[in-house]
Amino acid sequence: MAGRLYTKSHEWITVEGKTVTVGITDFAQSQLGDVVFLELPNPGRKLDAGEGFGVVESIKAASDLYSPVAGRVTTVNEQLAAKPELINSDPYGDGWILKVELTGDLPTDLMDEAAYKKSTESQA
Amino acid sequence: MVDFGGWELPQQYTSIRDEHIAVRKVAGLFDISHMGRFKVTGAAAFDFLQSLLTNDLSRIAEGRAQYNLMCNEQGGILDDLVVYWGDDGFFVVVNAANRERDLDWVRSHAPSAVDIEDRTFELALIAFQGPKAEELMPARGLDDLPYFGFRPAQVAGISALVSRTGYTGEDGFEIFVAADRVVKVWDAILENGGPHGVLPAGLGARDATRLEAALRLYGNDMDESVNPYEAGLGWTVRVDKPNFIGRAALARVKSDGPRRTLVGLKTAPGDIARHGAAVRNQDRQVGIVTSGTHSFFLGHPIALALVEVASLRVGETAGVDVRGRQASADVVQLPFYRGSARSAAASAKS
Repeated sequence: MAGRLYTKSHEWITVEGKTVTVGITDFAQSQLGDVVFLELPNPGRKLDAGEGFGVVESIKAASDLYSPVAGRVTTVNEQLAAKPELINSDPYGDGWILKVELTGDLPTDLMDEAAYKKSTESQA
Repeated sequence: MVDFGGWELPQQYTSIRDEHIAVRKVAGLFDISHMGRFKVTGAAAFDFLQSLLTNDLSRIAEGRAQYNLMCNEQGGILDDLVVYWGDDGFFVVVNAANRERDLDWVRSHAPSAVDIEDRTFELALIAFQGPKAEELMPARGLDDLPYFGFRPAQVAGISALVSRTGYTGEDGFEIFVAADRVVKVWDAILENGGPHGVLPAGLGARDATRLEAALRLYGNDMDESVNPYEAGLGWTVRVDKPNFIGRAALARVKSDGPRRTLVGLKTAPGDIARHGAAVRNQDRQVGIVTSGTHSFFLGHPIALALVEVASLRVGETAGVDVRGRQASADVVQLPFYRGSARSAAASAKS
């Protein structure tokens, strides 16, 4: 699969086989401001699509994080504990949050880049 | 950009973390033109301000400023403000959110021999704060300006009024300059200081630094339901002054002792205690958080809490509500951080 897919709650995914990498979008990090802390699940945790899996906290507020897909958490980005600012500086690269092993198919309501961009224009 | 007391202000220009650290290590430049500024002049101006405010202006003189409180008859705080004594009268600088309310209050109590002019919109006010502020100011002769001193000066060649005051716990200056010329001063300070690490700083850095210095924020740490002694600001109240609004009530609080007090709390990274969160000693709620944020400079969250007097002492552990669960908090000495601001008489007394 080429390119990222996006959720209404501003998470993004990339898919490689059955491995889904999850993060939050550049729009989300700029709305949040400097990230201070993340509450994340342990590897092994099972998630449903749309299920809350953690919290990202900034000076302004704490925001819930929602799983874009159903699956099992395989890895959590350990760098974020010491450097939560990676979410702000590199939301699509080193600021990745989780890797999930996909169960079943990808949800059909994920947006492509163009559709996501359009949806944020009305929110900015 | 966010709405702050009716003004559009930036939360940050680049990042709160970078701006906060710049203020503590070099200097940051804040646009604080939202603050209300009144000119109070006339033969009766001094006596009038003495009758309206809690502190004693006879302890300062022309060329000095003084932190002050304005209270109602019950001793509740209407605003905290700074009075600047100039050569042609007094400047009173108040919180932006209270500007109109304060102006009404001041005007309704002013005798005819006093003139009150709202100068908020024609004068800009910027604050250059940090250990290197004096070194990096594009101005000469400020090294002998004492803490809370106030005088005319040329900044970047432009006439301004400069005071050695601030809201960060660092040394620095507040610069009053005509609104149509402030951009030149702003740009000059950033151009001169940029290569040394000076950054423009927004509300996020302002709130974090003032909280580290334990400086109170009206609306958060105090309001009309809080008296100066509860807010730890009893040092600004001179009950021995002949008379001022709230004097009798405050004299009673002073002799009985306040029923509440502000304490400092430190929590673990990730546990940001926010305004309104319940604070407990064991299972008993003893108060609430009034201000809280994460400090990028100290590396952990800090908070002020208004609690029953003697319910929590420095060194003890409290419980504070964080996102629906109870987090552990250390009760710590204030201020959380002591910066380069001069003088032991700093408003960080608590």
